Amino acid sequence: MIPKDFRSIPDFGLAWLDASGPDCDIALSTRVRIARNLQGYPFSVRAKPADREAILATVQEVLDRTPPVADGVFVNIDSLDARGRQLLLERHLVSRELVGRAGGDAPSSSALVASTHEPVGLMINEEDHLRLQSLTSGFSPRETWGLVDSLDEELGSQLPYAFHHEFGHLTSCPTNCGTGLRASVLIHLPGLVLTQEINKVLQGISQVGLTFRGLYGEGSEVVGNLFQISNQTTLGKSEEDLIDHLQKIVGQVIEYERQARAVLVRDAPTVIEDKVWRAFGLLRHARSLGFDELMNLLSGVRLGLSLKLLTGPRVYVLNRIMIFAQNAHLEEASAGSLSGSELDIQRAIYVRSALAEAEPSPGA
Amino acid sequence: MLCDNCGKNEAEVHLTQIVDNEMTTVHLCPSCAAEKGLDAGAAKNIPLTDFLAQMGQAAITEEERAVAGPCTYCHTTVDDFRRTGRLGCPHCYSVYESQLRAILRRIHGSTYHLGKVYVPPASEAADRAARLAGLRRKLQRAVEAEDFERAAMIRDQIRELEAAIDA
Repeated sequence: MIPKDFRSIPDFGLAWLDASGPDCDIALSTRVRIARNLQGYPFSVRAKPADREAILATVQEVLDRTPPVADGVFVNIDSLDARGRQLLLERHLVSRELVGRAGGDAPSSSALVASTHEPVGLMINEEDHLRLQSLTSGFSPRETWGLVDSLDEELGSQLPYAFHHEFGHLTSCPTNCGTGLRASVLIHLPGLVLTQEINKVLQGISQVGLTFRGLYGEGSEVVGNLFQISNQTTLGKSEEDLIDHLQKIVGQVIEYERQARAVLVRDAPTVIEDKVWRAFGLLRHARSLGFDELMNLLSGVRLGLSLKLLTGPRVYVLNRIMIFAQNAHLEEASAGSLSGSELDIQRAIYVRSALAEAEPSPGA
Repeated sequence: MLCDNCGKNEAEVHLTQIVDNEMTTVHLCPSCAAEKGLDAGAAKNIPLTDFLAQMGQAAITEEERAVAGPCTYCHTTVDDFRRTGRLGCPHCYSVYESQLRAILRRIHGSTYHLGKVYVPPASEAADRAARLAGLRRKLQRAVEAEDFERAAMIRDQIRELEAAIDA
């Protein structure tokens, strides 16, 4: 029997925060998703409630025979209240498309399925009928793709996908058709921002078929020097080629970032050390923190840890703050709704207590 | 956050632009964004819908509009597609095939799927053989990459499929 509550997802779906993956001092996480649609139904944009219900039922029927989600967690989105939906969104487990607009009603017959033993799952009745997804720690496109690929093989052998001999997998938006694959790496690039090399790098990646976005995906702004780099095209290349390309180019970006950091430490050691400790001091003692301000300060501390200017807190603690100091998480913790200024006060309280457990000493 | 342009509506579109090596971010409400979305200089980072709408506009001539659509299955028209950037159903890809080919070429630089070949579950033995061939290629790649855990999994899939064909 599939449990109904998302709280039974291992680590609440936050295993990727543990900073255990490759290059995790620079790359926070790797996400891979593929879009699939079922034959015989209109895409979500045209689907009537009865279509959505039928799609959900068709998929649900095969889930029990689909490792590794067979004994997984199944969450009906419309069974969650607005805050529950926002919590999933803040944890990057679902898209805005799946849970509906903030303040609006939940879309009908939408669901999140997550494996309990692998970081892989799927969204049902998103912009496409199915979005298979995996989110892992650090920089690991190949491994993350492998998880999604296996799930796709399992589901595809049981469900009739909409597939075209020339165009490949058919998707609601033609920017996704073919492989339906979007792989992205969430990457922290303060060195390139501070040395003002970042625009060159971003222009460079856009010339080789990659694109960048902010923390919350399409249309979101860049905060805290965090960039999501992903493939731009999905058709005309094999999945392996798309993944290898991302692996290669983002690997280079990580290398540039390391070089930029080395330059900063060599040419402006005092400035950097001051910046890092000021960021830590503000986080440790501020009585009110806006979310963007928090993200920028976390960026400074994250840089300090990577450069060993601080010996604590662990990267894991910073990653957790990034999730738990968001509005819905703060409201959940205080069991009520909070105004803008109350949120900033609660955010500062949360950050102070999270960092109190991990008081650093000056590094070497 | 309010729209930087009109200052009245809630900003929902966050447009990051790089002009003369300066990165700037503008926060706009959907209606102001739609107005600005037609600015060709901003085309690179505007939301996909606007980007597609422009492509659709460029790719679909009056003549084609008269010939193609609406989709006989979901009734999506060329104008629906232009407005939303979304197709209505898999059948739309057949109805608007020639227009889409032009659009896909501009988005992806190609119209040919070179990824995994998908074989639907209800297919006959010939299709299973194609699937088997695909799995064997994957096995080969997994072995080459020394990913033995994955190789073992693919091997099991091959055995399962072979058993199904024999049966």
